[in-house]
Amino acid sequence: MDLVEFQGKVLFHRNGVAVPPVGTVCRTVEEIVAATATALADGFAAVVVKAQVKIGGRGKAGGVKLATTVDEAREHGSNILGLDIKGHIVNVVYVEPASDIVEEYYLSVMHDRVNKGHLVICSKEGGVDIEEVNRVNPDAVIKRSLTPAETSNGLPLTIAKEIIVGANFPVEVQDEAATLLVNLFAAYVNEDATLAEINPLIRTPDGHIRALDAKVTLDDNAAFRHDGFTEWKIAGIDAIDPLEAEAKEAGIQYVKLDGHVGVLGNGAGLVMATLDVVAQNGGRAANFLDIGGGASADAMAESLGLVLRDPNVKSVFINVFGGITRGEEVANGVIEATRRLGDFPQTLIVRLDGTNAEEGREILNNAALKNVIAAATMHDAAVLAVSHANNA
Amino acid sequence: MSIFIDENTKVVVQGIGAQGTFHAKRNQEYGTNVVAGVHPKKGGTTWDELGVPVYASVQEAVAHAKANTSLIMVPAAFTKDAILEAFNAGIATIICITEGVPVHDMTDVYDTVVRRGGARLIGPNCPGLISPGKANVGIIPAATTMPGRVGLVSRSGTLTYQIMHELAQAGIGISTCVGIGGDPVIGTQFLDVIKAFANDPDTDAIAFVGEIGGSEEQLAGEWIRGNIPNTPVVGYIAGFEAPEGKQMGHAGAIVKEGGPGGESAAEKKAILESYGIAVAYNPSEAAQLMIERLAQNA
Repeated sequence: MDLVEFQGKVLFHRNGVAVPPVGTVCRTVEEIVAATATALADGFAAVVVKAQVKIGGRGKAGGVKLATTVDEAREHGSNILGLDIKGHIVNVVYVEPASDIVEEYYLSVMHDRVNKGHLVICSKEGGVDIEEVNRVNPDAVIKRSLTPAETSNGLPLTIAKEIIVGANFPVEVQDEAATLLVNLFAAYVNEDATLAEINPLIRTPDGHIRALDAKVTLDDNAAFRHDGFTEWKIAGIDAIDPLEAEAKEAGIQYVKLDGHVGVLGNGAGLVMATLDVVAQNGGRAANFLDIGGGASADAMAESLGLVLRDPNVKSVFINVFGGITRGEEVANGVIEATRRLGDFPQTLIVRLDGTNAEEGREILNNAALKNVIAAATMHDAAVLAVSHANNA
Repeated sequence: MSIFIDENTKVVVQGIGAQGTFHAKRNQEYGTNVVAGVHPKKGGTTWDELGVPVYASVQEAVAHAKANTSLIMVPAAFTKDAILEAFNAGIATIICITEGVPVHDMTDVYDTVVRRGGARLIGPNCPGLISPGKANVGIIPAATTMPGRVGLVSRSGTLTYQIMHELAQAGIGISTCVGIGGDPVIGTQFLDVIKAFANDPDTDAIAFVGEIGGSEEQLAGEWIRGNIPNTPVVGYIAGFEAPEGKQMGHAGAIVKEGGPGGESAAEKKAILESYGIAVAYNPSEAAQLMIERLAQNA
């Protein structure tokens, strides 16, 4: 899961990564005004009103504004709240005391899929798109790959220092920046992040280094050892579709798409292939839904219910090839789902093969459900699903 | 011959709960030599469903039952320790079915077990592998295939079954089918399997099933062009319809927004075709392409 800026800063702070003076999370203009008044009364010269959305390019979209008075904060707040930034509606803003900036750098730690290790990226040129810096002036970007063996006790300070010096940070901030990098790496490991990015990392007039922004992605697979990441789940910061939100809540792998054929199957690859086959036969899938391995009748019923709740769905293609999921579980799931859902207009096209598929098909046939069709192959099922969607 | 598993494979199972028992029993019924189960609290008992001993550790299973291969079906939270236990007990081939293993765990495991340890780790988040007629280790439904001379390597479980099934209907069997798994960090890569097939005298042709995300398919394609240009190779990349920035089920199946490029199905297909590898638009077409390539070579 992705964190928004203020959450990333909370995570940084507790791992010893220096951030600006703490701000206030606001959901209304009144809260923004009050937070600004408090900050100004505390002696800060200005605040920054920052949209909290899980998408880049906030600044360009008008989602980050400086305010030196309460009136300015009110104006910015009313403009930013409700703003649509690439499909993400701003419901939460962070009002943070403004930092004075002498220089802007770039620093990140991320999982390195290619080398199966960790990757630190560092540049003296921050505050801009790092991909662009890398394209125009690759020498200005230090990329250091690390194996777990090199970092079994954390990122060694000597390596951190090498990276910072290699990126030509000014001598007077090198030690502080190196320590910050060691702590950033610890945050990345301790919190099960796959990305911890600071852009910009700033130098303040008093010579300190601070993370002015924070972009953190956590590994959903590690939620079990972080209390389900519940501390990061707050309302109003996910731009996801309501059905996607519902699926997430139920632990179902679901992605909303824009077609009319509802799709569910077992195995991510098979479901992806099902979307492809539907498209090649003239239709478009309405969703991606993987019921996963060992799916019970309950999971099947829940998944099918979710797919059918999408008003765009005109037919449903259930594509199951049995490995860990047994055919009779699938069949019982389909029957249970239709029983629970009562009357629905869509036709279900069921393709069942693999482990205990025959038993499954027999159970389905004996149930004699009125709007369920069994198909022999993936191709036949796709053709049927598309024609039922088009004629519905 | 075959790769990674054969008639000499002796399997110890880590994770002997309901699912583990269901699949290990199927593996045994297929003829796989399952020699033991492991459970820290049930050492000295018998795994009734399979009629083999249960040991308290993998080390004991190696010492007493001569296990040389481990099948891991423990929950994600215990997977890292289970793989390290198998490795430390000297198991040379470790097959991990478990899905949902944290990336940091697998990064550490890969470094210890594969990069520095040199063991063969397959998975996690994979269906295992089958050498038809010899051994089936994992959750692949064996009835979908039969012995033959096509090697199959896949990031997707169910798609693999689909392609084996379609090949079998055309009378084409498999030397070994390896499900390498859909996670960002897996023990055995596409290229590792393809190199093993290239060295296997009983594999004449290679079929592969890739997915969006990462660049392993491209690396394999480049090696194929340079090293085995005359071997029939056909493939399919799942996810032509996958939108950018959305994770499609598998943790590794995502086309990164603003990423390095080359991660989408269409881009992978184009790159592989530039290496002379036939890439299908769907699994049935992949099976069909293989059938045609084999007919041409016959």
